[in-house]
Amino acid sequence: MTDRPLPLALRALDALGQRATYVVDSLGRFGTFLGQALATILTPPFKFWAFIDRIHYIGYRSLLIIVLTGGFTGMVLGLQVYLTLVRFGSEAYLGPAVALSLIRELGPVLAALMVTGRAGSALTAEIGIMRITEQIDALTVMALNPLRYLVAPSILAGLVTFPLMTAIFDVVGIFGGYLVGVELLGLSQGTYFGEMQTFVDMQDIMTGFWKSLSFGVVVTWVCTYKGFNVGHGAEGVAKATTDAVVLSSVLILVWDYFMGSVLP
Amino acid sequence: MERARVNIAVGLFVLIGIAGLAYLSIQLGRVSLLGATGYVVTADFPSVGGLKAGSTVEIAGVEIGRVEAIGLADYQARVTLRIHAGVKLQEDSIASIKTKGLIGEKYLRISPGGSDRIIPPRGKIREVEAPVDFEELLSKYIFGRI
Amino acid sequence: MIKVQGLTKSFGRQQVLRGLDLEVPTGSITVIIGRSGGGKSVLLKHLIGLLHPDAGRVLVDGVEITGLRGRALDEIRQRYGVVFQGGALFDSMRCAENVAFPLREKLHLPRPEIVRRVEAALHQVGLEGMGAKYPAEISGGMRKRVAIARALVTEPEIVFFDEPTTGLDPILVNTIHHLILDLHQKFRFTAVMVSHEIPEIFEIADTVAMLHEGRIAEVGPPPAIQASSNPVVRQFIRGEPENAEGR
Repeated sequence: MTDRPLPLALRALDALGQRATYVVDSLGRFGTFLGQALATILTPPFKFWAFIDRIHYIGYRSLLIIVLTGGFTGMVLGLQVYLTLVRFGSEAYLGPAVALSLIRELGPVLAALMVTGRAGSALTAEIGIMRITEQIDALTVMALNPLRYLVAPSILAGLVTFPLMTAIFDVVGIFGGYLVGVELLGLSQGTYFGEMQTFVDMQDIMTGFWKSLSFGVVVTWVCTYKGFNVGHGAEGVAKATTDAVVLSSVLILVWDYFMGSVLP
Repeated sequence: MERARVNIAVGLFVLIGIAGLAYLSIQLGRVSLLGATGYVVTADFPSVGGLKAGSTVEIAGVEIGRVEAIGLADYQARVTLRIHAGVKLQEDSIASIKTKGLIGEKYLRISPGGSDRIIPPRGKIREVEAPVDFEELLSKYIFGRI
Repeated sequence: MIKVQGLTKSFGRQQVLRGLDLEVPTGSITVIIGRSGGGKSVLLKHLIGLLHPDAGRVLVDGVEITGLRGRALDEIRQRYGVVFQGGALFDSMRCAENVAFPLREKLHLPRPEIVRRVEAALHQVGLEGMGAKYPAEISGGMRKRVAIARALVTEPEIVFFDEPTTGLDPILVNTIHHLILDLHQKFRFTAVMVSHEIPEIFEIADTVAMLHEGRIAEVGPPPAIQASSNPVVRQFIRGEPENAEGR
């Protein structure tokens, strides 16, 4: 914060340095936030009813959109993969192709993206509004830890709901593919499900499971963090909500790549 | 009231989710809840070439079990099969590794024998036939040594 | 007694508090007045421990709270009650649940005791029977009363009011002021209030402190402040336009 203007050459460096400091500082806050939230998960008292409410909020209320998107993803896969496979005369592998793409990649990723759009944004907005209307300060001055009441239940609910929603997405998607492949395009039912059973391993299912589990943490972590550190007024809440959705979506895809290269 | 409504919704959600997980892992991942049914026999092959755990075991094209595990014993591939309880294998049955179609996946075919003696659980199929090595066959054909 | 010594706080380049000194005697109502955006709420947040100063100290009964964090700070806060500007009621909870919340989460009282005390608290602020409503369903004046009930239900020794009457019509302002006065006479808590209700505030304050440019410009009982010769104070309490005395 010097008042004397810097030489032009140094000004660029100064800007770069400030930017770097800012980025490292926010990353540190972001990490510390999760650490503190995890600490409140591991120490009593546990806010059980807040946790149930969050499962209701993140999970149950997202059921419809999960079923809808899962079904149509499966149907699109069924159609497109069939059209490709039929050229090689290997349409018998439609079942495994649909199931494996859903279970390993599309299920966890698309379910996470959908839930981010529906519940993640609302989570950020809700916590953001609690921040700007001083409800979070009210908790603090009651000598209660707001992380315990707002963040810990959300992260735990993310851990529980994301794998379940991914499983629902997968199953509905597989039946969507069945509708198109078997009912519409005339593949035999036995081929569709039989080949699927031969090709899909428990390992594939576990890969999808670990992915969805980690997405559950990433999404709730980003969304509660953005809500907690909201700017001023309604504009701040709007910006935090957008930021939370964008950052969650990007992190889901980046993290999916890393998980994909680490997991078998 | 509200509490009960939320709880019912959450219970419903968890139930549907667990049903999905269960369907995936039991139906597709072949995790057995009640423990494995049927009985186990083994067979040693010089090479399994592409057969894997989960591959089907068939007699006359009908599935009678699955490959449970593949390991190494005495520098041979020891394949553990789980056979459905009602199916009896004669002692002179022949186990062979076959391919579905030209490039399809591998499966294990059992040709029934004529013996009166039945292989007991944890027994062994002695007569085995290694998979046809397609590349070898092709090169032999090309170089005219078939 | 709350003692503030040399409190300094900046946000970015803007220095909000510049070495502020203040003493709040136990059991009295001290009102901090001053221009909007002049740092009144910032001062209050330092007293509550929501903000940490760049320099200076805040002492509560001789205990310095400025350096405290976590559990030690929470121990001081056990003795606090705070009424926030907009009420800061939890909007996911009904009014009665809001009032019950500190009793349940902080004091872990048994259920019948909570019900009894919540009813008593709502009665005291004149809202019996409104407990089942959500904060969004009641008027602004009622929300402030619920907030007051929630702050006082734990019977705190020190109560902070952050502009408890903003956005209310003059009749409601008086009602809330007299409610605070009644409750103060009943519970004898130490009250620190930020307000710009001039002149209504002079009726209930024991001490008035005028905050100007990051310091306390003048402090004293209401008659002394009203008769002050300090031009800053005179200008503020008479509501004269800023350029009238050529500052």
